[in-house]
Amino acid sequence: MNVAGVLTTKKELSSRNELTEPLLVRWLLIAAALVFLGLFLLVPLAAVFSQALEKGFEAYLAALKEPDALAAIRLTLITAAISVPLNLIFGVVSAWSIAKFDFPGRSFLITLIDLPFSVSPVISGLIYVLLFGLQGWLGPWLQAHDIKIIFAVPGIILATIFVTFPFVARELIPLMESQGKDEEEAARVLGASGLQTFWRVTLPNIRWGILYGVILCNARAMGEFGAVSVVSGHVRGSTNTIPLHVEILYNEYNYVAAFAVASLLGMLAIVTLVAKSFVEWRIRTVKGEE
Amino acid sequence: MKKSQRHNVLPGFGLTLGYTIFYLCLIVLIPLSALVFKTATMSWGDFVAAVTAPRVMASYRVTFGAALLAAAINAVFGVLVAWVLVRYRFPGKRLVDALVDLPFALPTAVAGITLASVYAPNGWIGKLLEPHGIKVAYTPLGILVAMVFIGLPFVVRTVQPVLEEMEAELEEAAACLGANRLQTFVRVLFPVMLPSILTGFALSFARAVGEYGSIIFIAGNMPMVSEITPLLIITKLEQYDYAGATAIASVMLLASFIMLFAVNLLQKWSRRFAG
Amino acid sequence: MKTLIGKALLVAALATSIPLTAFAQVNLLNVSYDPTRELYQDFNSAFAKQWKKQAREDVTIKQSHGGSGKQARAVIDGLDADVVTLALAYDIDEIHDRAKLIPQAWQKRLPHNSSPYTSTIVFLVRKGNPKKIKDWSDLVKPGVSVITPNPKTSGGARWNYLAAWGYALKQKGGNEAQAKEFVRKLFKNVPVLDSGARGSTTTFVQRGLGDVLLAWENEAFLAVNELGKDKFEIVVPSVSILAEPPVTVIDKVVDRKGTRKVAEAYLKYLYTPEGQEIAARHYYRPRDKKVAAKYGKIFPKVKLLTIDQQFGGWRKAQKVHFADGGIFDQIYAK
Repeated sequence: MNVAGVLTTKKELSSRNELTEPLLVRWLLIAAALVFLGLFLLVPLAAVFSQALEKGFEAYLAALKEPDALAAIRLTLITAAISVPLNLIFGVVSAWSIAKFDFPGRSFLITLIDLPFSVSPVISGLIYVLLFGLQGWLGPWLQAHDIKIIFAVPGIILATIFVTFPFVARELIPLMESQGKDEEEAARVLGASGLQTFWRVTLPNIRWGILYGVILCNARAMGEFGAVSVVSGHVRGSTNTIPLHVEILYNEYNYVAAFAVASLLGMLAIVTLVAKSFVEWRIRTVKGEE
Repeated sequence: MKKSQRHNVLPGFGLTLGYTIFYLCLIVLIPLSALVFKTATMSWGDFVAAVTAPRVMASYRVTFGAALLAAAINAVFGVLVAWVLVRYRFPGKRLVDALVDLPFALPTAVAGITLASVYAPNGWIGKLLEPHGIKVAYTPLGILVAMVFIGLPFVVRTVQPVLEEMEAELEEAAACLGANRLQTFVRVLFPVMLPSILTGFALSFARAVGEYGSIIFIAGNMPMVSEITPLLIITKLEQYDYAGATAIASVMLLASFIMLFAVNLLQKWSRRFAG
Repeated sequence: MKTLIGKALLVAALATSIPLTAFAQVNLLNVSYDPTRELYQDFNSAFAKQWKKQAREDVTIKQSHGGSGKQARAVIDGLDADVVTLALAYDIDEIHDRAKLIPQAWQKRLPHNSSPYTSTIVFLVRKGNPKKIKDWSDLVKPGVSVITPNPKTSGGARWNYLAAWGYALKQKGGNEAQAKEFVRKLFKNVPVLDSGARGSTTTFVQRGLGDVLLAWENEAFLAVNELGKDKFEIVVPSVSILAEPPVTVIDKVVDRKGTRKVAEAYLKYLYTPEGQEIAARHYYRPRDKKVAAKYGKIFPKVKLLTIDQQFGGWRKAQKVHFADGGIFDQIYAK
């Protein structure tokens, strides 16, 4: 049941009729998928870039080099660099406990993990205001000790962690469930330690899930607007993330700069591409070694 | 697997579950409890009045209706996209694959502005629809478009890894036993994919219900017609009515929670049914 | 995993290099509403120069902009604003009512109700004014499409609404019932209610929706200048409302930070001829008579109603018209 073996068989099989669809059906499905993606994804993306480049490449670059834009980019990177690893660890740990074991209240726990998705972004920000705001539970104490949480970087990070909380976990749980735990049990019976089992057996099986989880989590961490907007305070050059900076530029009728900065986030797609290619390459080399 | 009481040889249950619950409390439950406590400062009568006002009721219909429809559209097309991306080869496939995450990366406000500009009567797509009398931007249809946009990655990205890790033996066996492609898909592949489809559906729904930034730019925000519930939360806040805002938010949260819980139970059942 | 950790470290290193503001400097935070960005960008650099001369101190003024109500809430919830410069007195009243950060009589502390400049509501129409829109009464005609933001979420929109209301009251035999009917008809002609003033401008200008945009005078000028002199014209109605965007020092904050002196000087500078010039250049109507005379050509004379006389102050106007179940809600109820 090793993955490499499965990959080879897949390739061989695709040439056989019983395991794939007639050519016409295949093309129809591809066409339907592309039309759908075109209408909902490609056209909006093209619109972003066309507006960003409306006044030429120079204006585009100038918008990105502006100090406030750089500050926003830096803040966004910091926020993602802190929130994504935390949620990655949580995701893997929780998926292990939930997918590999059965216990009462399991569905309830999964639903609790889903909760941040269903909380309106406005509210995700507001709860931190209610907690740490001057009129909130901890606000007066925090002010007396000169600790700033909301309207400062920690609040932005907290809100981002909240919003991106479920991504990795939700990606891994269904995947690990569908795989069952026979392989891990076999490894254990054969004498592998718990950690060995995880690194050697589980991890290779869930790498796609982890990759997608991290990509989604990161995308959302960088792109989150609503929740961060509530806790940021919008101080130019210090508490604005990329999405907030885009809003400011847009509200200044500086459409070219707004879309130029926004297009940076569109380029995350390229990062996705590279990350996926890298994982594929790793799989191939591992296969080669075997 | 079915009999959970069987002694589990896998280690780490206590540790991982403990950490899960700890982190969950810290990041999600404690902050969310602020919502509940704030709402509890209202009297029951005020609460009921706030969450059942006619405009609020109309907004529930718009928000939950559109979110459900959007999640359904995403479930169908998300599976299609995931299937095409995993199973077939075609030029530009990698790029298309990478683009799927875009709705998350693009700040919601940008998404809203862009969708509005594309679907407005003078936009690229709006221009084509206008002569047919179809108006998307500034109508409830616009809300649907925005919700489909923001929820799409959920279904694709939950189904995709399951398809990628799926063992070919299943299909081979089905084929050997004389099943045709459609039968194999419906009887063999679909049940394996179902839990992840349901997850994607539920998440896409939940996200759409709460979405604010991208929708307000394209919805038109007409009271009773295209006003979404999160907008009403904002109008409460504009009146410095924090409790009113958290009251509506709690109702939304509860509704989403019930919905998600139902889907998770359904999923558990479907897994048992399949395996 | 390893690369991820590496990335995190790299970013953490960058984080520490975020410039912490230098020591010999004073920092002010001006929390303001959306349309004042350009005004305060200019004003801040002018004041910094002045303060350097006057007090031999470097002052850096940071700006925060957003919807007026949202900004007020941020201050209430602990955003350390030294001064606020918002769209309506109502929002600053709330800073007193809810957080007691300023005294109740804050509005008496500076001249002219603490509003160093004023504005009013005008119409922006498409070039050539194809629908012949001259006054408020033209807005309720069938087939005229009006763009205004949502009064529930936008301070500017509240001024729009009250100006229309005031116009209806001033007509022959005008009374509350007629005013309500007038406003109802007007909002029947509104196809989109954006959440903020600038959103509405974009809808009107970029999306090409609507025949007329109700906007702040300064916003209308800005839209014409920035987005197309050849595409739009400004129409000034016979009656409009005197919008007085107020400013104040946030006492609790400046006393804690020790910035009272510079914060007060900052606001007073708004009233000096230099400050008034800057305001006028950004199409805010100056209070200073001389400056007003100099820019008289730009600002046409118009009969201006005031909130206090016509509506009994912001608190009352807010309660009667814009609170839940108020008149604005009633005109949309079925």
